[in-house]
Amino acid sequence: MPRIVVDVMPKPEILDPQGKAIVGALPRLGFTAFSQVRQGKRFELTVDGEVTEEILAQARTAAETLLSNPVIEDVVNVEVVAD
Amino acid sequence: MSATELPLIGDYSTPNTELNGARIGVITFPGTLDDRDAARAVRMTGAEAVSLWHADNDLQNVDAVIIPGGFSYGDYLRAGAIARFAPMMDKIIDAANSDAKLPVLGICNGFQILTESHLLPGSMIKNDHLKFLCRDQVLRVENNSTAWTNQYAQGEEITIVLKNQDGQYVADEKTLDALEAEGRVAFSYVGWNPNGSRRNIAGITNAAGNVVGLMPHPEHAIEAGYGPDHTGTDGLGFFTSVLTHLVGGQK
Repeated sequence: MPRIVVDVMPKPEILDPQGKAIVGALPRLGFTAFSQVRQGKRFELTVDGEVTEEILAQARTAAETLLSNPVIEDVVNVEVVAD
Repeated sequence: MSATELPLIGDYSTPNTELNGARIGVITFPGTLDDRDAARAVRMTGAEAVSLWHADNDLQNVDAVIIPGGFSYGDYLRAGAIARFAPMMDKIIDAANSDAKLPVLGICNGFQILTESHLLPGSMIKNDHLKFLCRDQVLRVENNSTAWTNQYAQGEEITIVLKNQDGQYVADEKTLDALEAEGRVAFSYVGWNPNGSRRNIAGITNAAGNVVGLMPHPEHAIEAGYGPDHTGTDGLGFFTSVLTHLVGGQK
C-alpha cells in the first residue's frame, strides 16, 4: 500500500536541544566529522488504495495543522512512497 | 466537603453570597495530572469546581475554565498538540474569543495547549538543559490587570512550584517585542532562568487579559503546610483574582 511521507524539522532559528545533546555524544564514539545535528520527525501516512491529488492535499493540510507547529517547525517534505 | 477544604478566604457559607455562585470548570484529558489540585484550589477560594471532560462539548455554563497541568496524550507529537483538537477545546476556544471573553487559565501542560490552540502566541520546547526540573521558583508579576492576576501587586514577587520538561518558551523576535511592548508578559522568572525561556518569560496573557498561561503551578501553593517551603500560599491570588473579576463583571 502506498504511503505519504511527511518530514518535519525544527525551524533553523529555533535552538534544537536534542540535536545539541546528540552532537555532543558523537565524538565520544569516534565520530568527529559532524559539527551540527538537528533532529526532526518523519511521519508515514498509509493510504488504502491510490494516492489521488485530493488525498495528497489532505496530507499537506494535516502536516501544517496537526503534524507540525508552524511557530517552531517547518514541513520540509511531503512525498508519496510506493512499496 | 471536609473541614480542611473549607474556603480559606471569606465566609461564603451564607446562601446567596455573591461568590458562592461562581462556577469554575477544570478540564481533564487522558494524561492530565493536576485537575484535582486545581479543583481543590477553586473550592478553597469559595467557588464551585465543575469537572469538564475533554470528549464532551458542553461547557455547563461555567464562568471560567482552568486547563490544568500533566502530560495529556503522553506529550506525544508535541506537548498539548493532540489535546488542542479535543471537542471541549473547540468550545473553550470559541468562548475565550467570544464577546463574553470567558476567562481561561492554562497551567504548565495547559499553557502548552493554549499555545497549540493559538489562544496565546509562541510555543514551548524542551528545557535547554534537557532535564525534567522540579523546584520552588520565584516569579515577578509583570501584569496585574488580567482576569487571573488582579489580586497581585504590580511587580510583586511570588514563589510557586515549577515542574516540567518542555518549559522553554520560544517565539520569534517580533512576537517577543510585541508581548513586551503591549504588557502581555504576565510573569517572568526572577533570579534564574530555569529552562532557557526567551526574555525570562514564565507566563503571558492575550490582549484582552482573559486568557493567561504560565509554566509554574499556582494550584500547588494555596495552603500553608504544603507548597514552596511548606508555608507558601502565593498561588492563591490566581483563584481569588478570577472571582474578583467575575464579581466585577456582574456589577
